[in-house]
Amino acid sequence: MVERTPILNFFTHLILFAGFVFCVAPFVIVAIAASHNLKDVNDVPMSLLPGSDFFVNIKTAWTTADLGPKLFNSFVMAAGVAAGKVFISALTAFSIVYFRYPGRMLIFWLIFVTLMLPLEVRIVPTYAVVANVLSPYQAIMDVTGISWLIEKVSGVQVSLSLGLLNSYTGLIMPLIATATGTFLYRQFFLTVPDELTEAARMDGAGALRFFIDILLPLSRNNMAALGTIMFLWAWNQYLWPLLITTDQSHATAVTELKQLIPNVGGAPEWHIAMAGTLIVMLPPLVVVVLMQRWFVRGLIATEK
Amino acid sequence: MEKRVTFGKWTIGILFAVPQLILIFTFFYWPAGQAVYWSLTLQQPWGGGNIWVGLDNFRSILANADYWNSITASLVFAGVSTGLAMVIALVLATLTDRQLAGSRLYRVVLIWPYGIAAPALAMAFRFILAPEAGFMAAVNKFWPGFWDPGLNGADAMASVIIAFSWKYVGYNFIFFLAALQAIPRSLIEAAAMDGSGVVRRFRDIQFPLITPTIFFLLVINITESFQDSFGIVDIMTAGGPANATNLMVYKIYSDGFKGLDYSGAAAQSIILMLLIIALTIVQFRFIERRVHYR
Repeated sequence: MVERTPILNFFTHLILFAGFVFCVAPFVIVAIAASHNLKDVNDVPMSLLPGSDFFVNIKTAWTTADLGPKLFNSFVMAAGVAAGKVFISALTAFSIVYFRYPGRMLIFWLIFVTLMLPLEVRIVPTYAVVANVLSPYQAIMDVTGISWLIEKVSGVQVSLSLGLLNSYTGLIMPLIATATGTFLYRQFFLTVPDELTEAARMDGAGALRFFIDILLPLSRNNMAALGTIMFLWAWNQYLWPLLITTDQSHATAVTELKQLIPNVGGAPEWHIAMAGTLIVMLPPLVVVVLMQRWFVRGLIATEK
Repeated sequence: MEKRVTFGKWTIGILFAVPQLILIFTFFYWPAGQAVYWSLTLQQPWGGGNIWVGLDNFRSILANADYWNSITASLVFAGVSTGLAMVIALVLATLTDRQLAGSRLYRVVLIWPYGIAAPALAMAFRFILAPEAGFMAAVNKFWPGFWDPGLNGADAMASVIIAFSWKYVGYNFIFFLAALQAIPRSLIEAAAMDGSGVVRRFRDIQFPLITPTIFFLLVINITESFQDSFGIVDIMTAGGPANATNLMVYKIYSDGFKGLDYSGAAAQSIILMLLIIALTIVQFRFIERRVHYR
């Protein structure tokens, strides 16, 4: 506040409050709709006073969409992606920053390029790879003649096959294969003072020891930020889980939401749909609220 | 920037990079190469041979009115939702940056929408904007037939845009606010001393200083509108009515996995990839260099 501007201040409050309502209203409406019964939710206009059927609806939505196991799947996937990212990006960034080997820049650029193409645009071939994750290696061996050689020498025909459809590995791995976290760590490692490395080496620590005992504890903040962002991002994935979980046992909560859309001709059970939506919305919202500091930090840092 | 002190044994160094390299080779480079290969051949779904057809897949796609319709819909969607989300976020961020009482609350609440999964918020908006229940129903009561996303393509597009913008207002807000708060307070105060009002200060100091953020968000919002729209479209409209909201990623999905036209879907993927690569290059080359006022 630099000067007194009562009129402007009034409008500032007014607009900000409107923005606040704009952001919160959908949450509130979903929660209220989830508390009505079938008749009240279809009233025009719908009453904004909460009804009394909240827990009944939550229970119905929970059993209809079988949300218990689905939430568990979502959780495994999100935690897996977050942990995998935090771990693998740290390794890669360490390699890129702390070593001078031939081809280092090539590796840097190979990883950098992955930032450009999100999973959504290469979805069809990625699906084919996950259906048999060893197919790239099989193709390479066929083309280079290695499989022919092996067949001649040992008489075994080489056919590598490992399907990852409907598995946690298949859900998680392709989501980890991007560069997002690597550059976050890289930026941070570059700010770690060289004296620390020198001191560690003086005391006889090798690369591995330095990485585990000094670098990783120092990057705790980064890990929290990256982990939060990746957890949310993975939890909210839709297209990928939708494709590769052809079997119900590995479907995630977000993909199951589709089951709750009231179908044309059937009873417009919006109260159940909204109860389900609320359940699916809640975990990421809780993460955002509790981890706000890391969330904002991770968001700004990963994109730069 | 390079490290002065490094470790000598570079075999260990390479080993550290191996897990990431295997992952991106298997799940990134191979599929991307595969997409190029498929787009140039005619592939029978699930087995069978593939015949080399050169650029025929691209030709048949580009000759298809449905595809152009999808491109137009994507561009309209990208343009309008990016514009809405960015302008609203910029206004809210600028006002929050004035740090009046209660601005902390806004800082906390306004980013909530970004945490929500696209399909979940799509579900919420599907209900809120449903023509027969929810809130637009009340409007329809006064003007019958005013709003029907199930039949009217423009209404369907509007619902999808509203849902998407709602999510990305929060995202843009965080970045705008961070950029605004990075501007030294002394600059603002000096300008106020010289007698410039709030609007003048915004136009001459704050706006120029946050242009890098604006361009950055512009690119991110457009790219996200190509990708993150899938969940919203799938839940709210399923591409309809009459393909009015059949955005590019949704069309790739429905052609590839429902229509089993792998080659066509691959060719569409390649076009979308090129579009996104072009945008990214614009961001890194052009914008990062041109827009620098500090």
